[in-house]
Amino acid sequence: MPARPVPALAVVLAVVAVAFFVLPILGLLRRAPWSDLWEQLSDPVTRDALRVSLICSVGATVLSIVFGVPLAWVLARAEFPGRRLARACVILPMILPPVVGGVALFLAFGRRGVVGQYFDDWFGLRLPFTTGGAIVAETFVAMPFLVITVEAALRGIDHRYEDAAATLGATRWTRFRRVTLPLIAPSLVAGAALAWARALGEFGATITFAGNFQGKTQTMPLAIFLAFESRPESAIALSLVLMAISLVVLVSLRDRWLRL
Amino acid sequence: MSFRVGLALVFVAALVAGAGPSAASSTRAATPSGEITVAAASSLTEAFGQVGEDFESEYPNTTVTFNFGSSSTLEAQLAEGAPGDVFASADTATMDALDHADQVRGRPVIFARNRLEIAVEPGNPARIKTLADTVEPGVLLVLCAPEVPCGKYALEAYRRAGVEVPPVPTGLTAKDTLSKVALGEADAAVVYVTDLQAAKGDVAGVRIRARDNVVARYPIAVVEATENAAAAKAFVKYMTSKPGQSTLRKFGFLAP
Repeated sequence: MPARPVPALAVVLAVVAVAFFVLPILGLLRRAPWSDLWEQLSDPVTRDALRVSLICSVGATVLSIVFGVPLAWVLARAEFPGRRLARACVILPMILPPVVGGVALFLAFGRRGVVGQYFDDWFGLRLPFTTGGAIVAETFVAMPFLVITVEAALRGIDHRYEDAAATLGATRWTRFRRVTLPLIAPSLVAGAALAWARALGEFGATITFAGNFQGKTQTMPLAIFLAFESRPESAIALSLVLMAISLVVLVSLRDRWLRL
Repeated sequence: MSFRVGLALVFVAALVAGAGPSAASSTRAATPSGEITVAAASSLTEAFGQVGEDFESEYPNTTVTFNFGSSSTLEAQLAEGAPGDVFASADTATMDALDHADQVRGRPVIFARNRLEIAVEPGNPARIKTLADTVEPGVLLVLCAPEVPCGKYALEAYRRAGVEVPPVPTGLTAKDTLSKVALGEADAAVVYVTDLQAAKGDVAGVRIRARDNVVARYPIAVVEATENAAAAKAFVKYMTSKPGQSTLRKFGFLAP
């Protein structure tokens, strides 16, 4: 399509918008303590935050896959009353302010929560202030991304491949493993990457539900928030790490698996 | 064409309105008037709520807006140029930090003192009697983050009591920390006496013995970048005057 002239006003507004996104990144890069970056990242608080973030985000992604793929399957393929409502509930955490999610999780799974009190009474299981709690908080916000991506893929694949496999005698599990899964693999990977990135960046739900416990629930975003006023170099170093990770995710997904 | 012109004009008008000079004017009149923003440590929330109303009754043309948070967060914001006319912090170190950033006008004044207390669930089910009891295995203790005044004071109290503090979950402000006990999520917290008084009913208190306890000294000062110096100074003066002091006393603060 030949290039058409863009109205001047649109260009002006577009430039302002781009600057709005680029300037903060430039600011971060400019104020970064490049000379002692390694030292900052070797600080025990920082190392704990990196470790907790890694464990929790990977844990949340695994849970999202284990529970999210079956959920996506049910939403895509099953007909049942209340399916629309179920779908809306699954999408809700994507739109809900994360801190509200944290409060809701707290009221459900806190030590005196609706369900949480039984966890505590029967099993002595407590989620707040534990790494498990942080994983739950991150799963809550991240799983919808995976479910939506996989559900769309499941709706989009051609049923005839699976039907052909069935007529050739493949069992359900074989059909899923050898036909469906390879067909949805790109979307599954993209959904998992999105969920992982979302889990890594979660703050509001983590701090409200899991609390702030160095070495157990203090993820990178929490550490950045706390370091911001007393140890700004540490906050900037951690921010750089998160930004680099986000860029890697974005670049690797772009064009190949996700139209971003 | 005229639609585009109109849109552009609206856009420009919005920019100008948003970026224009603030409405608060610094007045040289004898009576303070106008708006002031007071950035105050979160432990002052209830007391200053009352003080704000009293101050506005005393000087009817004034409006006081409060910005409560951890002293360290507020100091960082003010040092970076966030709007504020008065700063009341929970320790002198944070006020000194603001002073180093050349954001304090005049000299800070100590206007109140506070002490620490252990907060436990009503009925004290964990049978906590001393600071040492709070670090027993099986007791879930939360403290204020070590970066904020409340956290520093708490660690000092434990040091004086000779009790080693294991890694514990931390809250960002004293109120945040106390809420963990009030909500039943933690068994014990070390916060200010005034916080416990404000949360009466939701938590029970266990006294810390005097020789371990720490005295928190609260300074207040006018912020250098204030746009309403007259009202700001009047507020600072009010805090050290009889009515201000008696309100503070009512909420559990000690005399400066």
